[in-house]
Amino acid sequence: MTYRVIGVIAYLLLAPLLGGLLNGLDRKISARMQGRIGPSILQPFYDVRKLFSKQFIIVNPAQTFLILSYVLTLVFTGCMFFAGSDLLLCFFVLSTGATFLMFAACVTNSPYSNLGASRELVQIMSYEPAVLLTCVGFYLATGSFNVSDIIQSKMSAIFMTPGFFAAFVFILTIKMRKSPFDLSTSHHPHQEMVKGVTTEMGADNLALFQLSEWYETVFLMGVVGLFFINENPWSYLVAILAILAVYFLEILIDNTSARVKWDTMLKLAWGVTLFAAGTNLIILMIAR
Amino acid sequence: MGNVKRSPWLLHYDGSSCNGCDIEVLACLTPVYDVERFGVINTGDPMQADIFLITGGINTQNQAVVKQLYDQMPKPKVVVAVGVCACTGGVFKDCYNILGGVDTTIPVDIYVPGCAARPQAIIDGVVKAVELFQKRSDEMEQKKKESRKEQK
Amino acid sequence: MWTIPFLIMFPFLVSILMFTIRVNKVRNTIAYVSAGIIIAATAAMVVQWLAGGCQNMNLYYETHLIDRAMLVVVVLLMCLVTFLCFKYKRRLISLLSIIPTLMIVKLELNGPELSSIAHIHIDRLSVLMCVIIGLIGSLIVIYSVGYMHGYHHYHTEFEDRRYYFFMLLFVFLGSMFGFVLSESLLWIDLFWEMTSICSFLLIGYTRTEEAIANSFRALWMNLFGGVLLAVAIYLTAYGTGNLSLQNLVALGVAGEKAVMIPVAFIAVAALTKAAQMPFSTWLMGAMVAPTPSSALLHSATMVKAGIYVLFRLAPAMCGTTTGLLISFIGGFTFFAASFMAIAQSDGKKVLAFSTISNLGLMVACAGVGTSETIWAGVFLMIFHAVSKSLLFQNMGATENSLHSRDIENMHGLIYRLPRLGMFMFVGIAGMFLAPFGMLISKWSALKASVDESNILLVLFICFGSATTMFYWTKWMTKLISFTDTEIKVKDITKKDELFSLSIHAILMIALCLLFPLLSKTYVEPLLFEMFGHATAVLPTAVLYLLIVIICVIFCVPILAFKYSEHIEVSKKLSYMNGINVGNNKEFVDSFGEPKHLFMSNWYFRVLFGQRKLMVPCEIISAIFMIALLAVIIGGAV
Repeated sequence: MTYRVIGVIAYLLLAPLLGGLLNGLDRKISARMQGRIGPSILQPFYDVRKLFSKQFIIVNPAQTFLILSYVLTLVFTGCMFFAGSDLLLCFFVLSTGATFLMFAACVTNSPYSNLGASRELVQIMSYEPAVLLTCVGFYLATGSFNVSDIIQSKMSAIFMTPGFFAAFVFILTIKMRKSPFDLSTSHHPHQEMVKGVTTEMGADNLALFQLSEWYETVFLMGVVGLFFINENPWSYLVAILAILAVYFLEILIDNTSARVKWDTMLKLAWGVTLFAAGTNLIILMIAR
Repeated sequence: MGNVKRSPWLLHYDGSSCNGCDIEVLACLTPVYDVERFGVINTGDPMQADIFLITGGINTQNQAVVKQLYDQMPKPKVVVAVGVCACTGGVFKDCYNILGGVDTTIPVDIYVPGCAARPQAIIDGVVKAVELFQKRSDEMEQKKKESRKEQK
Repeated sequence: MWTIPFLIMFPFLVSILMFTIRVNKVRNTIAYVSAGIIIAATAAMVVQWLAGGCQNMNLYYETHLIDRAMLVVVVLLMCLVTFLCFKYKRRLISLLSIIPTLMIVKLELNGPELSSIAHIHIDRLSVLMCVIIGLIGSLIVIYSVGYMHGYHHYHTEFEDRRYYFFMLLFVFLGSMFGFVLSESLLWIDLFWEMTSICSFLLIGYTRTEEAIANSFRALWMNLFGGVLLAVAIYLTAYGTGNLSLQNLVALGVAGEKAVMIPVAFIAVAALTKAAQMPFSTWLMGAMVAPTPSSALLHSATMVKAGIYVLFRLAPAMCGTTTGLLISFIGGFTFFAASFMAIAQSDGKKVLAFSTISNLGLMVACAGVGTSETIWAGVFLMIFHAVSKSLLFQNMGATENSLHSRDIENMHGLIYRLPRLGMFMFVGIAGMFLAPFGMLISKWSALKASVDESNILLVLFICFGSATTMFYWTKWMTKLISFTDTEIKVKDITKKDELFSLSIHAILMIALCLLFPLLSKTYVEPLLFEMFGHATAVLPTAVLYLLIVIICVIFCVPILAFKYSEHIEVSKKLSYMNGINVGNNKEFVDSFGEPKHLFMSNWYFRVLFGQRKLMVPCEIISAIFMIALLAVIIGGAV
C-alpha cells in the first residue's frame, strides 16, 4: 500500500519535471540533428510559465472545463499506472480522457481544430489495437494485467513479448504525435493546418495541454519501462536505459521522416500491429 | 514577476509584401541564425503568439484580417513591423489599394527598417520586442495583484 | 405464481383491444394503462420470486390442452404467412414457414412418446430478461404513443394504421415474455415464430415498396432460423426423449456428442435472430420501420432473444468446436459491423450497425461460454438494452423535430434541441466510455478470451474496440460543435416520449453507478446457477478500482466545470485565418462575400463503405457458418 501511495505521489510531483525535461531534450537533440544550437533544455518550462502568465483567452466557455477534464483524467490514468493497478483499465480510462480533448477541440466549431480532432480520432483508431494487444501481451507473459504483479515477475516481459514491444514502439510515434504521424497537431514550423487540435487553445489552456503531454509522456515511457522490469532491482536501470533509447529513436524518426496521409498511417499501424503483435500472440498462445 | 523573456512566440503575417522580408524572417530560423536559441517559436496561431510580426504594407483587403489577428492574440502582446513597407508602405505607398504602414491599422511597437530587412535587424527588433513584452507582462501582473487586493 | 401466465396472456388481450378500438384517444389511454400494468406485473413477479427466495422454478407439467391450442396458433400463423407470401408474390418464402410447421405438427400428433417436462422455467436469467422486456418494452410503448402521433403528422403519405401498430407491439411483448419463460422447445418455437412474424409485419408497416422488400428479407431470414430450430426440435425429440431445453444443455455439458447437433442448430438459429453475419442485412432493412419498432426490435426484444438462447446454450458450447466457431462468427461480426458503421452518416443506420456489432460481441461471449464471458455478455446485454433503446427513441424524436436523421444535420444539436441532444449524448457515452459498463464488459471478455487462447477473438476485440470508439466519438463531437448563431429548432417532442427518455437516461446512470453491486448480488449468482460453481469475475482490487474510476470520471468534469466558471476569461473569435465575418459561422470568400462554414465528419466511404465490405464479410461469415455445421455433423456422425 505504501508503495502505491509513494508511486502516485512521485508521479504527481515528478512527472511534469521529467516530462518537461524529456521534452526539452527532444527539442535540443532535434536542433542538433538539424545543425542548430537549439533552445535550453529548460525551454518547455519557460514556455509553460509564460503561457500561464498571459491573459486567459477562450473561444467557447466549455473549452476550459473540457481541457481540464482531459488533463485530470490523464493524470488519473498515470496515477493508476504508478499505483500498480490494472493496465488494461488504465488504457480504457486514457481513451475516455482522449475524448475530452476531442470535445474541447470540436466545441469551438473552428475548422482547424475540428480537422485536428478528426485526425486525432484516426490516430486513436490506429494505435488502439496495439495498445490493447500490449496489455494482452503483458497478461500472457506474466499472468496478470496488474502493473504491481508485472514488475514482480521472475523474468522481464520483453523476452516473451518482443513483437508486442515492437508494435508498441511503433504506435508510440503516433501516440506522441511525432512525424511521420503528426497529423493531428503538426509541429510549429508546419503551419498548413495551424496547430490542429490545439489551434483554439491559447494561454492557460495551451499550458494545461502541455502539462498533459508531459504527464502522458511519462506514463507512456513507464509502459515502455514495464517491458524490462522484473523482480531484480537492476532491471530498473535497464528499463531507464531502454526508455532513453526508445525516446531517442522517436526523436530520430521524428527528424528523418515526412508526414504521411491518414490512410497510410492506418494501414501501416494496423499492419505492423497485426504482424508483430499478432505473430507474437499466436506463438505465446500456442506455447501455453 | 514571471520571467517571460525566454519564450517569445511569433506570429508572422505577410501583408502585401514582395516576399523579400518574409524570406529573411524565415532565414532567422535556419541554422545560421537559429532564433530558437532564444526560445523563439514561429507559430501560426494568433491564440498562442506573443509577438505579431508583420511584413509588407496594409491594403484594403487585409486590413480587417490584421485587426482580427491582433485581436485574437492574448495580452500582453507586441507588434513588430518588419521592412520599410510594413513601416510606412514603402514603394507601394501610392498604390490605389495600399493604406500605408501597419500603424494605420494597429498600434506598432517596434519598427525594423530595411528593404529587405536583414536577419540581424529582424533579430534585433525581436529582441527589443521581447524586452517590451517582459515589461508589459510585469505590468499586467502588477495590475492583477492590485485588483486582487482591492477585492479583498 | 399467477403473474407468469398473466405476463404472457395480458399483452395478447390488450392487443385485441388495440385492434378493435379505433378512437385514438381511448386507445392511447388504454396503451398507457396497459404499459403501466405490465411494468407493475413484472415488478410483482420479481417481488413474488424474491419473496420465494429466488428459487429456480419449474411449472406447468401437464399442458395437453394448451399444447393443442398452440398447435392451432402455429398453423394459423403459417396460413397467414403463406397468404401474405402469395399476395406479395414471394411464394418461395412460404415454404420456410410450411416446412417447420408441418414438422412440428407431425411431432405433436404422431411423434415419439415424450416424457413429461416442465413448460415454464424461472431462474435468474429469465427473470432478468423479463425485467428488460417488461420495463424497456413498456416504456417503448409509452413512447410510441407520442411518437406515432408526430410520425403521422409529419408523414402524411402513409395510411394511419396505429391500431394495427399497437396491436403488433403488444403481441410482440407477449410473445417475448413467453419466449424467455418457456422451457419446452415446442413453446419456444411457437413464440419464436410469433416474434419473427411480428417483426415482419412491423417492418412492413408503411407498405412502401422498400418496406415490403425489407420486411420479406427479415421474414425469410428469421423463418430460416425457424426451420433450423424445428430441425433441432425434431432431433432433440428423437435423441433425448423430451423437449426440455435445460435437459438438452445438461446433456451437452455432460459431453453427450449426439446432443451437440441440435445445440448447434439452435445456436445457428439464434444467430439469425441476433442478426449476426451473414444474416445481418435484415436488421439494416428494418430501419425503414417507424422508430419505436426499431427500438423494440433492436434493444429490448427480438435480437436479445437470440442472445438469450445462446446464453442458455453457453455451458454446453463451452470448449467445443461449436462454441469456438460461434465465437468466431460473433467476434467477426463485432469487428466488421463496427467497420461499416464508420461509413454511415444516417444516424439510424449507425445505430443498426452498432447493434449488430455489439450483438456480435455478446454472441462471441456466449460462444466462449465460460462464466467470465457470460458475465461480460450479461452486462453487455443489460447496458446495451438500455442505452440502445434510449438512442433509438431519441433518434425518432429528433427526426420528428429536425426532419432529418443525418448525423451531419445534428451539428450543435445539444444547443438546438437541448433535451434531446443531452439524452443522445448520455446514450452514446453509455455505449463506449470508461465508467459505463460496456467497457468493463469488454475488459472481461478480452481477459476471458485470452484465458481460453481464442486468438482470433482477441484480435477481433482489440481491433473492433478501436473502430467502435471512432464512429461514436465522431458522432459525439458533431453534437457539441458550437456556433453562436445556431438556429433553434422547435422541439415537438411529446411529454410521454420525454418521460420514457428520461427514465432511460436515469436507468443508464443508475446502472453505471450500481453495477458493481449488481454484479455481486445478481449476476454472479446467475453464473452459479448456470455453471454450478461460484466465480468472482471481478477481483476485489478491480472492483475497488472501478468504483474509484466511476467517481473520478463523474466528478472530474463537474469539478472542472465549477472551477472554470470562476475564471476571468476573454472571449475571442475562432481562428479562420482572420477572415471570420464577426462570428464563428461564416468567413469571407474570395468574392468578398460571407460564406457559411460547415465542417463535415469523416466517413471514409471509399475504404469502409457498406457496398464494398458487406459482401466479402458475408462470404467470410457464411464460410464460418458452413464450416460450423459441417464440423458438427461430421464430428457427431
